[in-house]
Amino acid sequence: MLKIGVLALQGAIQEHVKAIEASGAQALGVKRVEELEELDGLVMPGGESTAMRRLIDRYQFLEPLKEFAKNKPVFGTCAGLILMAKRIQGQDTAHLELIDMTVERNAFGRQVDSFEADLMIHGVGEDFTGVFIRAPFIVEVGPEVEILSKHNDRIVAAKQGHFLCAAFHPELTDDYRLHQFFVKMVQANKEVVA
Amino acid sequence: MLKTGTERVKRGMAEMQKGGVIMDVINAEQARIAEEAGAVAVMALERVPSDIRAAGGVARMADPTIVEEVLNAVSIPVMAKARIGHIVEARVLEAMGVDYIDESEVLTPADEVFHLLKSDYTVPFVCGARDLGEASRRIGEGASMLRTKGEPGTGNIVEAVRHMRMIQGQIRKVVAMSEDELMTEAKNLGAPFEVLLQIKKAGKLPVVNFAAGGIATPADAALMMQLGADGVFVGSGIFKSENPEKFARAIVEATTHYQDYKLIAELSKGLGTPMKGIEISTLAQGERMQERGW
Repeated sequence: MLKIGVLALQGAIQEHVKAIEASGAQALGVKRVEELEELDGLVMPGGESTAMRRLIDRYQFLEPLKEFAKNKPVFGTCAGLILMAKRIQGQDTAHLELIDMTVERNAFGRQVDSFEADLMIHGVGEDFTGVFIRAPFIVEVGPEVEILSKHNDRIVAAKQGHFLCAAFHPELTDDYRLHQFFVKMVQANKEVVA
Repeated sequence: MLKTGTERVKRGMAEMQKGGVIMDVINAEQARIAEEAGAVAVMALERVPSDIRAAGGVARMADPTIVEEVLNAVSIPVMAKARIGHIVEARVLEAMGVDYIDESEVLTPADEVFHLLKSDYTVPFVCGARDLGEASRRIGEGASMLRTKGEPGTGNIVEAVRHMRMIQGQIRKVVAMSEDELMTEAKNLGAPFEVLLQIKKAGKLPVVNFAAGGIATPADAALMMQLGADGVFVGSGIFKSENPEKFARAIVEATTHYQDYKLIAELSKGLGTPMKGIEISTLAQGERMQERGW
């Protein structure tokens, strides 16, 4: 069975574990660098990106995560998407720099502006409920990046090679289509490597 | 169709805070220290609970200048406290764009009979609870997040432990009951039947439950995580300690790695004197903040 990790430093970890298991893969919380070893893919959950980054630095996770991402699929939601971006608006530095895109944090406003909206996600399906919580959006993407979904002309989901990201929280709904999509990416990647 | 203030969006916000530490701050500088240390949110206050305790008198919502200052200083969520039942303080904080409101017993209650109808607001609320009855009543009113009441501003963990053990034990009992026993349990706890039914079906509370009220060391934070807390609030403990930066970082790490005892030993070295603390039995009934609210 495929083994997919969920970076478990902070945030909504259990919800991703549940969604991955419902999508037919084994899910494991990852708190230590050595736990990355056996994984076929990794989810970076929603939470507070600044808090996660502090913990990533404190436990020397940054380089091992970048190394892992070189040939294993990664899926980031909300804060996870921010961690994956090459550029963050208003900041000189970014985090893992995996996807060629510029993101804006808290781009829809504060918590009172958090919302739910129906989305169409290319390759995944229609009528997907996007739960946006103090969410970022993708301001612009490089030529290699495939735009999967937009909300009011703003990019909210994208894919680049074996990287997937969403500005919303599929883990907060019972709709596992996006997780199933990622599990398929992990499966395909494993077959190529094998 | 775009919907704001839905139950999922309000509860979901608290889900994103899980495994994290929410720190009390009284100005922009402290807020920045908290953010830098890895706090998942800050609680903007005029005074931390131990100072409220020392000052006596009526404790109210913070001066909006302080809340505004903190809102502008950090990119992490900002929470603020309103008095129990104070509809206008809550609406004012909501209008200011605060991310979460704590309807808090740390402030002097404005209403001794009714809590806020929290489902009426777009902004989510966190409320304190000592047992499952109180927790369920707050959920019934629309709270999107809970925390133990503990005994704020004492630096004494004993009440937070009592409340967390109580709530977890009562949840286990409800889960083990057969459905035809639930109505009597609802009556005994003073809990809405529907909320208990939800708890029974899900095997857990429908909202996130943090620990609060008396956490003074990294080991205290880790203890509360082991007892089943989803995260911790640290009030007076951090900025009343000798080295707030170091102390804040240590609490954050101990919360993430709450079962790594070697690490917690390392983190606990040389933190300086924690807040002195108060033995609960020396507090008169009227000084016990946890008795506020119902």
